[in-house]
Amino acid sequence: MTNSWTDIKNTDLVIVMGGNAAEAHPCGFKWVTEAKATRGAKLIVVDPRFTRTASVADYYAPIRPGSDIVFLMAMINWLIQNDKVQWDYVKNFTNAPLIVKDEYGWSDGLFTGYDPEKRDYDKSSWDYVIGEDGFAAVDMTLEHPRCVWNLLKEHVSRYTPELVEQVCGTPRDRFLKIAEMIGECSAPDKTMTSMYALGWTQHSKGAQNIRGMAMLQLILGNIGVRGGGMNALRGHSNIQGLTDIGLMSNLIPGYLNIPTEKEPDWQTYMSSRSFTPLRPGQTSYWQNYPKFMVSFMKAMWGDAATAENDWAYHYLPKLDVPTYDILRMFELMNAGRVNLYFCQGFNPLLSFPNRAKVTAALSKLKLLVVMDPLATETAHFWENHGEHNDVDTASIQTEVLELPSTCFAEDDGALVNSGRWLQWHWSAATPPGQAKHDTWIMAQIFLRVKKLYQEEGGIFPDPILNLTWDYADPDEPSPEELAKEMNGRALADVYDTADPTKLLTARGKQLLNFSQYRDDGSTMGACWIYSGCWNEDGNNMARRDNADPDETGAYPNWTFSWPLNRRILYNRASADMQGRPWDPSRKLLEWDGEKWTGYDVPDIAPTARPGDVGPFIMNQEGVSRLFTRGMMRDGPFPTHMEPFESPIANVFNPQMRGNPVARVFASDAEQFATSEEFPIAATSYRLTEHFHYWTKHNRINAALQPEFFVEISEELAAEKGIRPGGWVRVWSKRGEVKAKALVTGRIKPMQCGDKLVHVIGIPLHWGFMGAARKGWGPNSLTPFVGDANVETPEFKAFLVNIEPATGEAVS
Amino acid sequence: MNIDLSRRGFLKLAGAGVAATSLGAMGFGGAEAAEQAHVRAFKLASTTETRNTCPYCSVACGIIIYSDGDLKAGEQAKVMHIEGDADHPTNRGTLCPKGAALKDFVNAETRLTTPRIRRPGAATFEEISWDEALDKIARALKDDRDANMVLTNDDGVPVNRWTTTGYLAASATTNETAWLTYKVVRSMGIVGFDNQARV
Repeated sequence: MTNSWTDIKNTDLVIVMGGNAAEAHPCGFKWVTEAKATRGAKLIVVDPRFTRTASVADYYAPIRPGSDIVFLMAMINWLIQNDKVQWDYVKNFTNAPLIVKDEYGWSDGLFTGYDPEKRDYDKSSWDYVIGEDGFAAVDMTLEHPRCVWNLLKEHVSRYTPELVEQVCGTPRDRFLKIAEMIGECSAPDKTMTSMYALGWTQHSKGAQNIRGMAMLQLILGNIGVRGGGMNALRGHSNIQGLTDIGLMSNLIPGYLNIPTEKEPDWQTYMSSRSFTPLRPGQTSYWQNYPKFMVSFMKAMWGDAATAENDWAYHYLPKLDVPTYDILRMFELMNAGRVNLYFCQGFNPLLSFPNRAKVTAALSKLKLLVVMDPLATETAHFWENHGEHNDVDTASIQTEVLELPSTCFAEDDGALVNSGRWLQWHWSAATPPGQAKHDTWIMAQIFLRVKKLYQEEGGIFPDPILNLTWDYADPDEPSPEELAKEMNGRALADVYDTADPTKLLTARGKQLLNFSQYRDDGSTMGACWIYSGCWNEDGNNMARRDNADPDETGAYPNWTFSWPLNRRILYNRASADMQGRPWDPSRKLLEWDGEKWTGYDVPDIAPTARPGDVGPFIMNQEGVSRLFTRGMMRDGPFPTHMEPFESPIANVFNPQMRGNPVARVFASDAEQFATSEEFPIAATSYRLTEHFHYWTKHNRINAALQPEFFVEISEELAAEKGIRPGGWVRVWSKRGEVKAKALVTGRIKPMQCGDKLVHVIGIPLHWGFMGAARKGWGPNSLTPFVGDANVETPEFKAFLVNIEPATGEAVS
Repeated sequence: MNIDLSRRGFLKLAGAGVAATSLGAMGFGGAEAAEQAHVRAFKLASTTETRNTCPYCSVACGIIIYSDGDLKAGEQAKVMHIEGDADHPTNRGTLCPKGAALKDFVNAETRLTTPRIRRPGAATFEEISWDEALDKIARALKDDRDANMVLTNDDGVPVNRWTTTGYLAASATTNETAWLTYKVVRSMGIVGFDNQARV
């Protein structure tokens, strides 16, 4: 989230699209209720189903799964056509005035540079015209035909209310009503907030869905303001933290990158990360990359990382592919090319697409290690549970270790909520039986491997032998010690760069924040964006002052919000070019003639003059990007792409299937269905009574929602002869499930052009372990393909068939 | 630090005061003693309160865990009750149907309590000691790494990556667990590294 849960109370309009906050984030959604009750805010819901959020909305519109980009681009088109644009914001705070190369273009659903053989774009034309001064060319009048604004205008001109009706199945009048409501928020004193979740990410073009709304919010001037923002409602309690700390194939904590093999040395790696400003006088904060990177390397390898050995650059792996993400790993596993696999609190048998493939892959491992508080389906994948897990146990040669770990009630540490708050918690219970903290388990594994290398030697032991491990109890590093490492500390006295006589932090002390990180090896710090969380003031994540001066919703002294305890990202954009708040009643920051003051930690140098320095300090342009150059694989603007399995062809290019640059493995391509074979669209979702596959282990939640079901329309039930509460078989090209039918008026067939599209909703909470009845999840059905940029699997739009089935009597 | 003031303890004292005063005012002298003699003490009054956050979604509601036994005092502690933390700015004491049933997760019958191993082809798990399990893991890791670590690519560039072992991390663990996990996994050269953020 750019903003926080508590900030939602400041909004005038909430759009929930790509999520279902009332159901999946109930206590956060209360801030929507608060905004409605106290500010008279309105709530819009756009969703294939009439959800629990829709039931309390002021206005609802249906949309066919996987067609969001058409809706969003049409909305931008409508805003432009109807002059509902926050012009001062667009001209000054976005890249609308920047000039794009003449070679850039779009036709037949594709941008310039597409290579169908490689399934990739040559993105060189997707860039600015760079002048002789090294800066991007601009036309502040927005008249230049090649400025971003005019290219955007042209790009979205194809997306009309008629196209929305035809492709999304959203009735035109509903779209227009929503457009009018959203258009009001182009006024500088009106804000809209976007709340979205996996309804937007779990698509083969998920990242472009989100870009679409981000662009819309920029055009309305709604980023960086109270009650505005792009608010990703993260799915798990610390998915934000795990992302921040970079537990992914290609990441280093704080959104730094693991090198690729095209970067054979430190100099090459750094040369593509110089981040020189593209407009005069801009901050381009990523210019500090070397400080963050060197401090990270010192946190990992201490004295073994030196300037002479390029900070132990070769201790880091170099990637030959963009990522070894979960889809690639299970593809490799299924090909017999993975031997050992660890699942720490993760249940891939129910979480990853195409369960039949996941089972086959796990069956080819030599050793599977599961660390979990609960008995998961993954740990028991080899057990025969009849139709719910029909495997040939004896033929599965995988050895499985099931290790009991602790849960939240039994450990100390911080979780990061969606609003970027690092909240410390304390343990309250003794772990059951022999259950152990994950920190103990990881330490034990590491120390034993290290000992083997010390005793036996072996291949490239250096990064293991030299890993820093200065913990009071090496067998179990404490949460306090680990948190302090993430904050960072001075390895030598750290002086002010502007005044070398001024000592900032003495050797051995905790750094104040990342402004004290250095690239000369004098500081260590594992995760620069967290720095400040545990400095010499102590554990700032444990702060519990819930005062909220002037009731802005900021709660500035409650725990710690990264970065620098900043509560709203890009908050300088809440004020105009003179530094006055766009909306004086919702002041966030203000320029007092010398510095920025207000309710939040400024997201800009405190003395940066308003007219000189742009508010988007992380970007080389100093402004936000409506046009994103070559930074995304599937286009500098979002363009409509159908799901890989779609009931209708792409209107721009009927030959185009799915996302034209998404990675597809050959064996999976054979398992994509056509709408002739499987005519019904399906989508997956959560229920408020359950959390993933955990709460089915709880008797209370198992009783609240005891049994797997699928949701279908009255029309589809009538067409197929399905009784309410009757058994149905739902199958895709990859597998089948059996479920009770929930026949409901909450899902309606959608008229998309000349085609009537039926939609089935499939909740995801059942398996074969725990206290609830045995069932299945959507992953038995879904295709094995991910988003082109980040490989998030396409769980939200796929094709199935349905028929009545027999089963035990309806209870 | 944890909490200094036991809110329940405070309420109990306040409540007792009100009862004594009103009973006395109505002329029930001696009733207080009689009341205390047969009214059972409020069960939670004897528990230890700990501040925590809900482990489910990313709203991260504040919760108060009531335990029988004080962990910080070195005692064994068992969770008796969990409720919303009224001081927390986001949830202000409220919880959803999942958060309200959190105690059942902590004390679920399917909580794991012992390391177990399923041998190749076997139809059941059998118990194994931590030592044996951890030694087995360490041996398997070292053998696989030594056999499959890719030191250089075809162009002779040092790449030091290991693709035949993969690691899935958990997005309900703490930052501190995550960082220690990161150190261990990265130092070995594992690139098949992911968490729920991808899914």
